[in-house]
Amino acid sequence: MMPDSEASRFEPVIGLEIHAHLLTESKIFCSCRTSFGAAPNSHVCPVCLGLPGALPVLNRRVVELAIRAGLALGCTVQRCSIFARKNYFYPDLPKGYQISQYEQPLASDGMLSYETEEGQRTVRITRVHLEEDAGKSLHAGETQSRHTTLDYNRSGVPLIEIVTEPDLRAPATAGDFFARLRAVLMAIGVNDGNMEEGSLRCDANVSLRPRGETALGVKVEVKNLNSFRFLQRALEHEIIRQADCLEMGEEVVQETRLWNEARGRTESMRSKEEAHDYRYFPEPDLPPIEVSDEWISEVRASLPELPETRKQRYLRELGLSATEAGQLAEQADLAQFFEDTARTAGNAKTAAHWVMGEVTRHLKTDGVGIDQVGVTADALGRLVGLVDSGVISSSTGKTVFEKMYGSGLEAEEIVERENLVQIGDRNELEALVTRVISEQPDAAARVRGGHEGTLGFLVGRVMKASRGRANPKLAGELLRQQLRAPGVT
Amino acid sequence: MTDASAIETIADVRAALAGVGSAVDVCTIFLERIQERDAALGAFTHVASDTALEEAATVDARGADDPSQPLAGVPIAIKDNICTRGLPTTAASRILTDYRPPYDATVVERLRAAGAVILGKTNCDEFAMGSTTEHSCYGITRNPWDHDRVPGGSSGGSAAAVAARLAPVALGSDTGGSIRQPAAFCGLVGLKPTYGRVSRYGLLAFASSLDQIGPLGLTVADVAAVFRVIAGHDPADATSAAEAVPEWPSGTANETPAIGVPWTLLNDGIDDDVLASFRTALDTLRSSGATLVDIELPHATYAVPTYYVVAPAEASSNLARYDGVRYGVRAPLAETADLTAMYDRTRESGFSDEVKRRIMLGTYALSAGYYDAYYLRAQQIRTLIRRDYDTVFSTVDAVALPTTPTTAFPLGQHADDPLQLYVGDIFTASANLTGLPALSVPSGNDSSGLPIGLQLVGRAFDEVTILDLAARFERERSEPIGRPPGLDPSA
Repeated sequence: MMPDSEASRFEPVIGLEIHAHLLTESKIFCSCRTSFGAAPNSHVCPVCLGLPGALPVLNRRVVELAIRAGLALGCTVQRCSIFARKNYFYPDLPKGYQISQYEQPLASDGMLSYETEEGQRTVRITRVHLEEDAGKSLHAGETQSRHTTLDYNRSGVPLIEIVTEPDLRAPATAGDFFARLRAVLMAIGVNDGNMEEGSLRCDANVSLRPRGETALGVKVEVKNLNSFRFLQRALEHEIIRQADCLEMGEEVVQETRLWNEARGRTESMRSKEEAHDYRYFPEPDLPPIEVSDEWISEVRASLPELPETRKQRYLRELGLSATEAGQLAEQADLAQFFEDTARTAGNAKTAAHWVMGEVTRHLKTDGVGIDQVGVTADALGRLVGLVDSGVISSSTGKTVFEKMYGSGLEAEEIVERENLVQIGDRNELEALVTRVISEQPDAAARVRGGHEGTLGFLVGRVMKASRGRANPKLAGELLRQQLRAPGVT
Repeated sequence: MTDASAIETIADVRAALAGVGSAVDVCTIFLERIQERDAALGAFTHVASDTALEEAATVDARGADDPSQPLAGVPIAIKDNICTRGLPTTAASRILTDYRPPYDATVVERLRAAGAVILGKTNCDEFAMGSTTEHSCYGITRNPWDHDRVPGGSSGGSAAAVAARLAPVALGSDTGGSIRQPAAFCGLVGLKPTYGRVSRYGLLAFASSLDQIGPLGLTVADVAAVFRVIAGHDPADATSAAEAVPEWPSGTANETPAIGVPWTLLNDGIDDDVLASFRTALDTLRSSGATLVDIELPHATYAVPTYYVVAPAEASSNLARYDGVRYGVRAPLAETADLTAMYDRTRESGFSDEVKRRIMLGTYALSAGYYDAYYLRAQQIRTLIRRDYDTVFSTVDAVALPTTPTTAFPLGQHADDPLQLYVGDIFTASANLTGLPALSVPSGNDSSGLPIGLQLVGRAFDEVTILDLAARFERERSEPIGRPPGLDPSA
């Protein structure tokens, strides 16, 4: 039984809690560096080690990035929000409490809205709040030691927790949402999107209810979903597990479960009865976070265009297809490259074609980012212009692109030096067409017999005979004429 | 140099240094007194002889007349819950046995910069929880006025040290009266500054929204001198205030201040001697030009119950870091013991009963289902008490109260009845709940010769007014306070 198929009697209801490290140089309450991968316990001080007497002081940049995320997610940023202590014991939590936000979070009531194949989807954001990360426990087996060792470098790294409303209905949709959210956080420079290093983490709340029912079922929190794959697989598994429970007339137990990737299943971590009472209370060591209207306006003005907005603009103003717009709009730097190319080329559609084709192919094979691509957007734009205006054929264009790539040469130079200007002269091309027809009598016969598909083959032969310089459109036209095929007036 | 036994106050130290004496000489005098007298008192938990003499030598090398060093060569004792780099800082708790912090509290940093010489660390109730200095892993501290009585607490070691002339001044911390009450019990001046006036960075937190560090001394001038050095904004403490530190003496003291007296609070449970001394003190203030005004502080009667919800709640969280994982003492464990057993055993053996009692009280007050009824309600009452004070401060310049309902009581008297002890905070806890500055100044002695304290509460960030008032009172009080027995000037 597919859990999210129409056949299932139960509808999954899913909400996510996403923890995202903020891209600050220093930690949230001290000046220790946040960089990942340093020698254990090398980026620590009395504050992030929770030494007796140490006190937190809020890093203003952290608030700024959190406001950024709040605004990008359409939230209301609170003029006054407060920190709270979340009390629990764990060795990697040096103070015995985590400084977080509980009542009065920094931002609330937002949404993320985006196009999908099934239309526009909106997921409501309950809240975005600030908190500090804990250190990292490395258990026996993960290190050389037979003991659990502790690394507090991560202790005090700033986080935002983003909580969604239970608006998601299927594992794939949840995965897609998480990916969109990640793209937004990366686009606004708030998070690096690195799930492997744990700078972006996800927990899910999932419950089932009979289809048509509006009341929510008993929810289970699933933790440790630190990749799109884990998230999707864990949800799929959890939905089946809960559905089986309900099918057998049992009740789902409210609890926290942990995704075990190796075993491919969720496992009970603690029941509702074992749930911590975190004894939240306002953090007396930190005054309320005051955010002025001016500050919010400043941050709003500095927000870059978001992928979804950009995509809509490409669709609306540049006439790209949904696929093209979606792919090019996703990453800010690629989008910028595309827009620069399109501006020089004077044709967005062709520019899109080139960026998504030749350029992307190169990025993949060379394993580099757009910032290291071997051709400037301007130079590519001029090449695209040459193709677009018919000076060179598109296949010549590809040859020229390869010669430009990494060499710093301009398209015009190559075209001139190698005499690659497209043969658009009817007489010159006529001779080539005649020759190809005589060399390919069988194919010619098929075209004469009305087999349109073979025309492309002959155009290809003409292109080859011209070393790619023939204007393919004109070549097709002349072939049709000579073969008196239909379609020519 | 001058007669060694005559050096008691900061003024005496300055006079000695201005003469032929050196900071090393002064330091040596106090170290010798500690050596002679402290075995009987138990005021110090650690005497930093070596580093103190080094610091004194540094002052001598530099010269004691540098105006940027207002406390040049002045020895000072530091309560054991204030971090001193490399010196034991344990808050008198077994769980921090031998713990030496890698950094100085901001107040200690400022004292050092001002030329003060750190003599050592003083005993206190564990994590400052108590008012007798009987709840310490180091044992009790005795009151220099009567060795069978408590010095008060929690800053009892600091108070005993200054009263016995083992240090001219000392730092204490005050969460519900822990500077003012021992000052009263030991015949000293003790100031709890306005919340936010003095940085808490490096103070082992008991109740973060109530804790303030402040000085204890023999005179108002000494207390003011230390106060001015430790006060002022600290970027390392987000609750520290930006207000400029005032000059003192102000030179513009109000000659006819209005002093409010909340008579309705003074109904029951106050020793006759304490009340009589209070009335005499008020007379002295009136005859020196002050106007006395009857005031009402209707919510102040709730100060003790409110305090005993807020303070333990914050403490339950503040003390969570003492878990045996990173520093301090971890209970010895069987190989098979799990994490929970490690926590349980460490905290069970590391904390005394009084600390455990308060952790449990606080944990309860913050628990789901009880938070609104206890913690939230207590915070609301706190606001009401503050409003009461705001109202009276529109008509008066200071509020006068006895510091404590009784004088120093015998050791062990309240061992089986903590509630009886908690009630003793009745006059002091309000200043912590409201954040207002308050001091205790000696007003006389009871029939047994034990000192009594007069408390003055001021407007927020107006320590100057209460210091001015206290200095005036100090000059004009009718009866001499005297000295602890055995410390007669002739001795």
